[in-house]
Amino acid sequence: MENGKMTQIYIMGKAYDVPTGITIMDAMEYAGYRFTRGAGCRSGFCGACGTVYRKDGEYRLEFALACQEMVEEGMHLTQLPFTPAPRPSYVLDELDPRENVLLQYFPEIARCVSCNTCTKACPQDIEVMDYIQAALRGDLEKTAELSFDCIQCGLCAMRCPADIKHYHVGQMARRLYGVSASPEPEHLKVRMAELREHKYEAALDELVAMDLDGLKARYAERQIEAASEEGS
Amino acid sequence: MNGIPYFPGCSLKDTASGFEESAFFVMEALGLPLVELDRWNCCGTVYSLTADDLMHHVASVRNFVRVREMGADEVVALCAMCYNTLARVARRIDGDPDARDKINAFMNQEDDYEGGVAVIHLLDILRERIGSDAIADATARPLDGLVVAPYYGCTLVRPKEVSVDDSERPTVMADLFEATGAAAVAFPFATECCGTYQVVDRPELSLERSYRVLRSAAGTGAHVVATACPLCQHNLEQAQREFGGGEGHIGELTIAYFTEILAAALGAEPERLPEGLRSLLETHVTIEGGA
Repeated sequence: MENGKMTQIYIMGKAYDVPTGITIMDAMEYAGYRFTRGAGCRSGFCGACGTVYRKDGEYRLEFALACQEMVEEGMHLTQLPFTPAPRPSYVLDELDPRENVLLQYFPEIARCVSCNTCTKACPQDIEVMDYIQAALRGDLEKTAELSFDCIQCGLCAMRCPADIKHYHVGQMARRLYGVSASPEPEHLKVRMAELREHKYEAALDELVAMDLDGLKARYAERQIEAASEEGS
Repeated sequence: MNGIPYFPGCSLKDTASGFEESAFFVMEALGLPLVELDRWNCCGTVYSLTADDLMHHVASVRNFVRVREMGADEVVALCAMCYNTLARVARRIDGDPDARDKINAFMNQEDDYEGGVAVIHLLDILRERIGSDAIADATARPLDGLVVAPYYGCTLVRPKEVSVDDSERPTVMADLFEATGAAAVAFPFATECCGTYQVVDRPELSLERSYRVLRSAAGTGAHVVATACPLCQHNLEQAQREFGGGEGHIGELTIAYFTEILAAALGAEPERLPEGLRSLLETHVTIEGGA
């Protein structure tokens, strides 16, 4: 925040003066809005705060995460609390990834005309259209790889003229690829075995029984990098 | 670039992978390998005939932009449908600057397409840049004794502006097969439609059309019908499953991509060929020095 300076923005058409250099989300809260939904980690990772805005004098609508994008003079804002896109339910273990499963669950991907509107809406700079095209030709690996940085904000689906639910397609591809093609990590096997043997239950019980001050002390002492413990 | 830029299309990465694999083998053997575009998307499947429906040309144009990004000015297609769609969009866009401007304006914030990318079918490359003599020289397993019925369908030869050969009496496939020692037979339904997308909504229609094609081919005594389109291949196979034992013994025909037949001639290991073609090689092809 730049000391003392103010920026005028419009929230759903109404003018507000907010401190210069704050994010869209902070600006809306400064103006009195309170988010019970459509806000999450506030760090650009969770994808809950996808938003649409327009810059002063521009005709084009722009898309961003409200917790990441800074307000500018004359910006027109609103907030999109949720993308109501349907998501089919599936049981990963029952699917055969050799079939073109993505096309079966999301037949609308065949309507893609490669307009690239999804890609332009993505606040994560993902090549969204390219991964939908990969999904269309049954390339699970490429779909999973290209969509890896997706945070499920849903802006792609909000913009698509073919009603494709890109972010759900990418998520399914990553899950399928994870269970079918990527090797099971060794450390995960070890940790799963430990959990089955209830190795951490006593430690967990100890935490549950602790009072608030004890918990706070523990939290302050915690090791942040697990790697240091293993000396690697 | 050592080779030619190649646009696969969705089916060649999925149901028609044998088409692509055999084409890779053939072009590698002939010293002009196919180099897949670094990035590509669906061709747009079916060229939109509505004059102002530019939206459905965007997919093809975007692929031309990718060709340019590789520093190339030509692209080869294998799938007859992709070839047809890409080639017609290329013609439209090159000859209609207004349409090109509109598409570029729509794709704003991206690179403009200035036109000029040539779309070529692999058959054209084999005829013009490789030639029958070179194919004859490279033939490691002469197909003497094999009778092939080349099936073109619609999209390779219609409309005339994008036809890979004479629209009425194409011979490009026959010439290639003959270079390998095989006999090629013309048949009246070689350029008839297989029923294409009707298979989705009205399968009885595509079954009937494909049955006629097969019956006509079987009547010539051919062993194998050569195709250049995943959808033709699919529809012919469907019709064969449905009416296999019927008139004209269509059940005895093998249906294979033209590249698979050429791969057989150029020495591809039998296990890389489809089963039907493999057994034909054993039963009908005179093995050099053998029985």
